[in-house]
Amino acid sequence: MKHETIETSIPLLTILVLVAISIGGLVEIVPLFFIKSTIERVSGMRPYTPLELIGRDIYIREGCYNCHSQMIRPMRDEAERYGHYSLAAESMYDHPFQWGSKRTGPDLARVGGKYSNQWHQAHMRHPQSVVPESVMPGYPWLQKNALKYDDVEKRMQVLSKVGVPYTAEQIANAKQDVLAQASASGDASGLAKRYGNKVPKDDFDGQPDQVTELDAMLAYLQMLGTLVDFSSYQAQSR
Amino acid sequence: MLTQQEGDVGQQLNKTDQLYDYEVIKKFSVAAVIYAIVGFLVGVILALQLTFPDLNGNIPYLTFGRLRPLHTSAVIFAFGGSVLFATSYYVVQRTCQVRLFSNFLSSFTFWGWNLVVLLVVITYPLGLTQGKEYAEPIWPIDILITLVWVAYLINFLGTLARRKVRHIYVANWFYLAFIIAVAMLHIVNNLAIPVNLTDSYPVFAGVQDAMIQWWYGHNAVGFFLTAAFLGLMYYFVPKQAERPVYSYRLSVVHFWSLSFMYIWAGPHHLHYTALPDWASTLGATFSIMLLLPSWGGMINGIMTLSGAWHKLRTDPILRFFIVSLSFYGMSTFEGPMMSIKSVNALSHYTDWTIGHVHSGTLGWVSMVSFAALYHMVPRLWGVTIHSVPLINLHFWLSTIGVVIYIVAMWISGIMQGLMWRAYDSFGNLSYSFAETVAAMHPYYLIRAIGGIVFLVGALVMAYNLAMTVQKGATLTRPTAA
Repeated sequence: MKHETIETSIPLLTILVLVAISIGGLVEIVPLFFIKSTIERVSGMRPYTPLELIGRDIYIREGCYNCHSQMIRPMRDEAERYGHYSLAAESMYDHPFQWGSKRTGPDLARVGGKYSNQWHQAHMRHPQSVVPESVMPGYPWLQKNALKYDDVEKRMQVLSKVGVPYTAEQIANAKQDVLAQASASGDASGLAKRYGNKVPKDDFDGQPDQVTELDAMLAYLQMLGTLVDFSSYQAQSR
Repeated sequence: MLTQQEGDVGQQLNKTDQLYDYEVIKKFSVAAVIYAIVGFLVGVILALQLTFPDLNGNIPYLTFGRLRPLHTSAVIFAFGGSVLFATSYYVVQRTCQVRLFSNFLSSFTFWGWNLVVLLVVITYPLGLTQGKEYAEPIWPIDILITLVWVAYLINFLGTLARRKVRHIYVANWFYLAFIIAVAMLHIVNNLAIPVNLTDSYPVFAGVQDAMIQWWYGHNAVGFFLTAAFLGLMYYFVPKQAERPVYSYRLSVVHFWSLSFMYIWAGPHHLHYTALPDWASTLGATFSIMLLLPSWGGMINGIMTLSGAWHKLRTDPILRFFIVSLSFYGMSTFEGPMMSIKSVNALSHYTDWTIGHVHSGTLGWVSMVSFAALYHMVPRLWGVTIHSVPLINLHFWLSTIGVVIYIVAMWISGIMQGLMWRAYDSFGNLSYSFAETVAAMHPYYLIRAIGGIVFLVGALVMAYNLAMTVQKGATLTRPTAA
């Protein structure tokens, strides 16, 4: 066929362009939904608690992904600096994923438990007070803004529609679980029953009388990368 | 080729003014200049925020995390998008020798696209975002973008269908591939279920979401910032040089190979991540092969000057075109190199990527756009350019600005990558993360200076074009009276 035939026919040109630009995506994307080994089988993964989920939404709102990755690569220096390389399973409930593309600040995939809540409070108010070299701006408003969580059930329902395995019980008790996780005292047996007893529970923002956005943000940061039980994890070549 | 048949624009202005719809092109050209200034300015502010982190004054709306998407969207979609609307409408009319298909659709795309920009400018600083790079607009804006894009496709295809010439000119192949590809990428990557009017959750998660995001992200580069601007190049470079395109055969080969190969390149953004190795290797393989069609385009553009090289001495617009094509060639060499896994292991997550992007976007996309605006604006308003020396000044400011920018980012990126993996003689990491950040400070300042120089150049252009348009206004007034 001469190219003249194509460049004188709009339908032919359009269809051939469509074919040319479709193949690559189909080959690279579609198998990821079907090849079982794409997401490793691990123990310990669970959906985010309601407080962590709202914290994650604040993380996205503030655009943290513009400077922080959540994806540790399998290299010696990254293992020493950040911990075990990230698994696909660890972001299987992340809508959207937050792997990031730039480390203006350090990777956060395993920041959970690395610093105390007090450190985080000071850091969020004014990062240079704890890391003088930092170029991160302060986020003092997180500690002042009361947490909005009136629609948290709706959020969990939507996420369950796209594949996050929230149970009816988890959704029904969402508000209660927000309050339980954001307080140092108080009964958290329900929270532990629904999300496991490893869930970090504290007065994250250091203000016992109120639940702020900082409570949610820190609840999220303090659990990042802590779910998978690596003592039982066997790496396999994929 | 067609470019020869068209005759001199200035003399035929009255005729062409009735034949072609220039109104929408004028509007998009003005918008492009305004959005260029805004986008570059936000970029300079961001660069300064990284140098002086307290610069946002603790105002939530001005933090780096909220402004950075505003910068990328403003330069890619507002400035780049307006340039592409303007030039594609100009090129498709002139090469098909007919008026745009529909006045309504032309006008709808202009106001629709500007409404998208306005909504983005309002929502991002408020923290309303989807949290996916280069696809931050929330779902109602995404729907508006889809509507505008479909209108654009219909308007473009409709104009092609009414063409008075048998062949569809090569520039239009590229514009068409760009419009179709962007529609496909935008719709798939933004599939989401709303929670309320502003919030939604994407249907994909984790590794699949990452793959789809970078399939989208890299082809925002491949089709929005490359294929479409190659379309622009295929019209404006031959026109400005007054020479036919160097090789028709090369344009055919590199059009199809570029369209086919670019779409595979996305996973090179995900080397050594939790994406399966087969996918990122496949992405890297195609990225390396992509060097050939990319350079095919560069060669075809630059060699169009054969027999007209002397014009570079006197024509700063042509100089803009040739330097932009040189940056295109350099970026599309650097890109494949950075997609090699062992290079990527060093470059990924560092400023090297930022430098690479800017050599492509400032060096290639912006400079080819400036050249097209300098060519087009006087013809749209039927006047000569206000000042040729000012174009020359802008050319040097742009070139020097880009070079300062990318050199600073090469140094800081490679240095930071090496510092992250440096070990001392005891086998411990040599540097804490904070120490590597401290080492970046001087380069962030130098980068900001490069950005400011580039921005000043754009302001010179805005002044020059404004004076040119004003000349057109005073010229037409007596005839209207």
